[in-house]
Amino acid sequence: MTSQLLHYCSIIVFQVSLAFSEGKISPTELCRKCLNHIKKTQHLNAYITVTEESALKQAQEAETRLLQGAPKGPLDGIPFAVKDNFCTENIKTTCASRMLKDYTPLYNATVVQKLLNQGAVLIGKTNMDEFAMGAGSTDGAFGPVRNPWSYAAPYREWTGAVADSDWVVTGGSSGGSAAAVASLTSYLALGSDTGGSTRNPGALCGVVALKPTYGLLSRHGLIPLVNSMDVPGIMTRSVSDAAVVLDILQGFDIRDSTTVPAPSSLTELPDDFAAKNICVGIPKEYHAPGLSEEILVQWSRVADMFERAGARVVQVSLPHTQYSIVCYHVLCHAEVASNMARFDGLEYGNRSPVSGSTEAMYASTRHEGFNDVVRGRILSGNYFLLKQNYQHYFVKAQKVRRLITNDFKHVFSTGVDLLLTPTTLTDAACYYDFTQEDNRTRSAQEDVFTQPVNMAGIPSVCVPTALSKRGLPIGLQLIGPAFQDKKLLTVAQWVEQRVGFPSIMLETIQAKSIHSAIYSTGNWL
Amino acid sequence: MSVFSFAVTRTFSVSVQNIRPLCKLLNGGHSGTNVQDFLGRRNSSVQTRLFSSRPLNPKVPEFPTWEPVPEDQLPPPAQITADLVDKLERLALVDFRTKQGLECLEKAIRFADQLHVVDTSGVEPMDSVLEDRALFLRDDAVTEGDCAEELLQLAKNTVEEYFVAPPGNIPLPKREERAAMLKHSEL
Repeated sequence: MTSQLLHYCSIIVFQVSLAFSEGKISPTELCRKCLNHIKKTQHLNAYITVTEESALKQAQEAETRLLQGAPKGPLDGIPFAVKDNFCTENIKTTCASRMLKDYTPLYNATVVQKLLNQGAVLIGKTNMDEFAMGAGSTDGAFGPVRNPWSYAAPYREWTGAVADSDWVVTGGSSGGSAAAVASLTSYLALGSDTGGSTRNPGALCGVVALKPTYGLLSRHGLIPLVNSMDVPGIMTRSVSDAAVVLDILQGFDIRDSTTVPAPSSLTELPDDFAAKNICVGIPKEYHAPGLSEEILVQWSRVADMFERAGARVVQVSLPHTQYSIVCYHVLCHAEVASNMARFDGLEYGNRSPVSGSTEAMYASTRHEGFNDVVRGRILSGNYFLLKQNYQHYFVKAQKVRRLITNDFKHVFSTGVDLLLTPTTLTDAACYYDFTQEDNRTRSAQEDVFTQPVNMAGIPSVCVPTALSKRGLPIGLQLIGPAFQDKKLLTVAQWVEQRVGFPSIMLETIQAKSIHSAIYSTGNWL
Repeated sequence: MSVFSFAVTRTFSVSVQNIRPLCKLLNGGHSGTNVQDFLGRRNSSVQTRLFSSRPLNPKVPEFPTWEPVPEDQLPPPAQITADLVDKLERLALVDFRTKQGLECLEKAIRFADQLHVVDTSGVEPMDSVLEDRALFLRDDAVTEGDCAEELLQLAKNTVEEYFVAPPGNIPLPKREERAAMLKHSEL
C-alpha cells in the first residue's frame, strides 16, 4: 500500500480534469476503466442500466474536444451516474418499479441535460427504492443495493464479518448513486432528496451529499414523489466537486415554475475561510432517542473542532423537530396519493391485460405495477385526504410544517450561521437486520434528522466524518439558511479538510466477482 | 466527578495529538503513510478511547432531549370499517392485498395521530416554501411539441392518434369479484 494508491483512490474531478489536460489519461480510457469497474462490482447492484455504448461515444467526443484544445469545462469527459427517477432520453427510466420497467422517456431531465451540455459522460442509471419511497435501497424491483464498505478492509477486519450475507445496506432511497460514487465507478452522481434520500445514503456510504435549497435546481424530468419538497441531490467524493456541480446545475428553468434565479456567488470555494467568524448552532433536539454513542461522539468532536478554531458554538432549540417526521409522513403520503394517480396504464408504463372496464384495467395495472410500500402510501395518503380527514390530518400537517419552518427561520435570525447535526441515528445496518422492520418504521427512524430541512426548503450537506467501530462511515450534516448553499459548502470543505475521513479500499481477499476491484483504482491513471 | 472528567480530558488531549497528524497525512494523501497501519491503529486502544470516554462538548446534549409521544396522550385509534376499506380501494385504485396491508394503514394513521398534541391555533397552513415570492410564469403560448407520434408510441394500445381505454363508466366490481380479478389478493 503506497501513498500513491491513496492519492488515486481519492481522486476527484479537479484532478481528473488536470490529468486529461496533461495527457496522462484520455476520456475514453477513463470511461472504459469505469465501465470495467462497474462489471467488477456488479454484486453491489448499484446500477439498473449501464449505458456502455453511448458513454463511449460521449467520451470519444470529449476526447476530440480535448485534443482540439477546446474542452467544455471542468466536467468534460468526466463519468457520471444518475438515479433512475430522472428522465433520460432514449435510456430506460424505471424508478425501480415494475410500473415503469420498460419506460423510455423522450427527453432529458434539465439537470441531466445540463451535465451532458458540459461534456460529462453518462455511464448509467442507478438503483433505488421503488419510486424513491424508502430509506434503505432495499425496496426496489431490481433488488437491494449493497454498501461498498461491506467489502472494505475495516468492516471485514474489525467486525470479523466473513459470510457474504453480512453485507450492510446503503441507506436510501438514492443508494445506487451513493454506492456508485463510493465504489469509485462514477465521479459524481445525481440523487433525489425528498426527506433525506440523498444525505442518508451519503452518510452511510461515506460520500459528500448535498441537498440544495428548494427551487435552486430544476425538477423538470425528475419523476415526482412530493412536489413541494423534492430536490435533485448531488453526490460526489469531495465538497469542492459538489460545488462545481452545483454551479452547473443551479438556476432558473423555464420548464419548472418553482425554480428561481441562482444567487450570484463565488464560483470557487474560498481557501481562506476563517472559522472564527462564524456561529455554529447545535440544535439540542437532534439528540433523538436511539442516537448511537459513536455518532454523538463525532458530533461533539466536530463541535470541538469549530470551537478550537475560534468559531462561536452555541446550543439552540428547534422545538418542533420531534413532530417533523410525523408531519412529513402525512404530507408525503398525501402527495404520493396524488402523484401516483398518473400511473393508470393508458399513456405509458405497465398496462394490465384486464379489459372489463377502464376502472378494472386501472386497478389491476396498479396492482401489478406497485410494490407493497407504494400501495400502502397511496392508501394512507387517500385516507388523510378523505373529506372527513382533510382538515384533521392534511391541513394540520401543513400547519405543523409552518412551525418547523419558523423554528429554522428563528434560529437563523439570532445570529447563527449554520447548524451542525447528525445525519443518521446509527451507521449502516446489516441487510438482514434492516429488513426485520417494515418500510414505514425504517423511514421514520432513518429520516428523523434529514426531513426537517425538506419541510423548510433550506440547504443541507452531509460530510463523511469518521469510520465507526464496525468500520462503516459516519457522516454529519450542516444546515444553512435558504440560498446560502455556497457558504454552506465552504464550511463543509473546512470540516472535510480536518476530519481525516479515510479512502475506501475493498478487501482483496473478497474473492468472487470482486477481487481487486477497488485496489485496481491505484492503476487508473 | 469533575476530577474524574478532568483526568480523562487530560488523557485524551495526549491521544488526540497522536491521532491528528495521521488524519492529516491521510487527508493530504501525499506522504508515505501506510494505510493498513493507520487502519490497524484506529482499532487500537487510542481509537477505543476516542469513541468511549472523551467528554462531550457541553453544547452537545448528553442524553436524548425528547421521547416519542406516549400512547395515552393520543386520541382513540381510528376504526377502519369494511366500508372504509372498500371506499379507499375504489378511490385509490389500489388494493390492500393482505391483512398486513390493512395493519399498515392502521399504523400509518396511529403515527400521524401524534400531530394532534401540537398546538397549531392561529397558524396558517403552509403549501410551499416559495410562498414569499412571485414565481415566474411564462406566456401562455405553445413553445414546443409536435411529438404526438413519439408520445403515442409509449402507450400499449392506440388507434390512429387516440389512446384506447376499455369501456368506461362501469364501477369496480364488488370486493369478492375484485379479489378474484386481482389474483394473489388474500384479504
